[in-house]
Amino acid sequence: MSPSVPLQEMIRAIRSARTQCEERGVIQRECAAIRAQFRQADNGGRSHNLAKLLYVHMLGYPAHFGQMECVRMIASSRYSEKRVGYLGAMMLLDEKQDASLLITNSIKNDLSHSNQYVQSLALCTLACMGSAEMCRDLAPEIDRLLRASNSYIKKKAALCAVHIVRKVHELGELFAPAARSLLSEKNHGVLHGAVVLITELCERSSESLERFRKTVPDLVQIMKGLVISGYSPEHDVAGISDPFLQVRLLRLLRILGRNNETASDAMNDLLAQVATNTDSTKTVGNAVLYETVLTVLDIKSESGLRVLAVNILGRFLLNNDRNIRYIAMTSLQKIVGTDHNAVQRHRGTIVDCLKDQDASVKRRALDLSLALVSASNIRSMMKELLLFLSSCPPELRSQAANGIFTAAERYAPSKRWHIDTILHVLITAGGDVRDETVPNLIQLITNTSELHCYTVHKLYRALLSDISQQSLVQVACWCIGEYGDLLLRGDCQEVEPMQVCEDDVLDALETVLQSHMSSTATRGFALTATMKLSTRITDNVDRIRSIVSIYGSCIDLELQQRAVEYNALFKKYDHMRYAKKDSTHFCCCGVILFCSVNSFAFNVILEPECEQLTMHVLTLYGLTL
Amino acid sequence: MLCLLRQMRFLLLFSRQGRLRLQKWFTPMMDREKKKIIRDMTTMVLSRQPRTCNFMQWKDLKIIYKRYASLYFCLAIESQENELLALEVIHRYVELLDKYFGNVCELDIIFNFEKAYFILDEFLMGGEIQETSKQIVNRSIDASDMLQETLEEYMSKPAF
Repeated sequence: MSPSVPLQEMIRAIRSARTQCEERGVIQRECAAIRAQFRQADNGGRSHNLAKLLYVHMLGYPAHFGQMECVRMIASSRYSEKRVGYLGAMMLLDEKQDASLLITNSIKNDLSHSNQYVQSLALCTLACMGSAEMCRDLAPEIDRLLRASNSYIKKKAALCAVHIVRKVHELGELFAPAARSLLSEKNHGVLHGAVVLITELCERSSESLERFRKTVPDLVQIMKGLVISGYSPEHDVAGISDPFLQVRLLRLLRILGRNNETASDAMNDLLAQVATNTDSTKTVGNAVLYETVLTVLDIKSESGLRVLAVNILGRFLLNNDRNIRYIAMTSLQKIVGTDHNAVQRHRGTIVDCLKDQDASVKRRALDLSLALVSASNIRSMMKELLLFLSSCPPELRSQAANGIFTAAERYAPSKRWHIDTILHVLITAGGDVRDETVPNLIQLITNTSELHCYTVHKLYRALLSDISQQSLVQVACWCIGEYGDLLLRGDCQEVEPMQVCEDDVLDALETVLQSHMSSTATRGFALTATMKLSTRITDNVDRIRSIVSIYGSCIDLELQQRAVEYNALFKKYDHMRYAKKDSTHFCCCGVILFCSVNSFAFNVILEPECEQLTMHVLTLYGLTL
Repeated sequence: MLCLLRQMRFLLLFSRQGRLRLQKWFTPMMDREKKKIIRDMTTMVLSRQPRTCNFMQWKDLKIIYKRYASLYFCLAIESQENELLALEVIHRYVELLDKYFGNVCELDIIFNFEKAYFILDEFLMGGEIQETSKQIVNRSIDASDMLQETLEEYMSKPAF
């Protein structure tokens, strides 16, 4: 049997292994040696064997054979062995292991050990992995320690009590009186523990909450003492006196002041004082300010105090530290519903954060910006949002595009603005929008008859410059098919004049049909549009006929089917294709059909003469009126 | 009533290569789960771009991480906890290690991992802060070490 090596030597041996295989070999040898050592009688080197095992465990290797050794070591009278034994228990045992029950007795004994460092080990382990039974068993002992021991033990007993209450809720009652009296201690560690314990009790039962509300004046006093006290070397962190305790006090005050006017009133002045006097140049001061803001916003505070809190968040937004900008945004997001006007005041800063380097900050800024859009700021906000969309990270494009659509729908100052905005989004991020955008936009355009001319011109121009964005191309094709005559007539006041002849339009549609970038659905749109143009144009009907008939033998089944049907319409109902009245609506009769799978749209008007044609078209599609 | 857990759920220390140097779990968890969390955390933290903030959302927890020299400190807190304070908690632990080891480096944590745990167990307990004074924590560790040494001298055997 190889002699066991000291811990550090083993670590060195493991680290010098060049491959995983070599490392496993070393560890296997060591574990064998350790196991053998465990089986032997006490040889004075037990603690270092267990420590070696714990190291091996941290590397991810199995170590359960050390569990019983932990139990034995904890029961030892040597402090060094207890220390490692308890550490082992915390690492290898949890409440699900049977072995954990075996240490209950040792813990019980060590809780009343004469040496406080032994007591400390027991308390720490109990708070770490004490099961419900262990907690029930040892609760009275913990309560005793809460009342009659030194501060070193009291602070640990307090956190032990917290763990016990989390495991066995009913035991909260047991600790309430001791918790109350601990508030008069001067030791910060004990105070901190007491505040955590009281917080836990209040969050578990409304009776405790009621009872501990009476401590608000005491808590306010303690907090005041920390805020206005002079420099205290024991607890100072960058000029703040015990920020950890301050934050816990603020948290407890928040819980006590929530939904309670009296308690909230009692803490109002203090919160204002902390908010104004805390130094915000370092993170630690901002941590306290942050907690103060959260408390102010959660209790029934005066409006002046609320505004102060929101202003602090506004200042955070301008901070150089991106962590602080990030948490400012998350907080503002939480209150944008309830304190909308207060948050609106910081809209400019929030919108600036859309340009932040940090992706998380950008994401938050987007959420907030969308929440802040209103009827009065829609134009300026949309400018910023569209600017953001053109350069935003890909993972945010979809959210931004859809958010813009929702905002535009709700607050569009004019139809033309609405259509322009949607077009802008489709041009910039057409690939990231939802499927229903296309039919929704078609619906919008249909209903805005005064802008048909403008819309078709804009879409035609967009089509000429870029046919890669499918949703845009689909809408453009549809529009051209529907209002192509307006395009050809060319007299639209709101756009620059542009001469468009029939061949140009057909060229554009054919480019879409033939492009490898066009999806099947898009080509369907283009084909249908080409077909529809046959009643709007006069010179190039033959060209249309030939395009349509080509697709009669297209490989894609959908396109082929459509082409064949259109051919049929050409042949059978040629005389009816021109049945116009005094309107410019063309009369290939039917109804508005949206087949979202095929993405075809037929927009037609029902004319009485075309009833026969209507029924034919419907039959072709297998639909009824 | 909201059923809240502790302030901190776990603390992990790992190197830039993803080697685990310390793991402290503040709630009971299966070994399988722990391994998965370690994998997830190391992947997430090590793939963070520079100049991003130190906070991440992961499931229902907030992950606070900070790099000190070659070690990443990764602390998971409940969603209602104060992230800025969590950064201070990490920083305080680093300060405690630094005071104990004197200009602490990763090798110190590797070769004296049990000491790193002992120090942590004097600072945090049950997922909460136990002692807010640096000096008191340092004094407690020194006193415990003395206790160990005295006994070891008596037994005339080395500790580890």
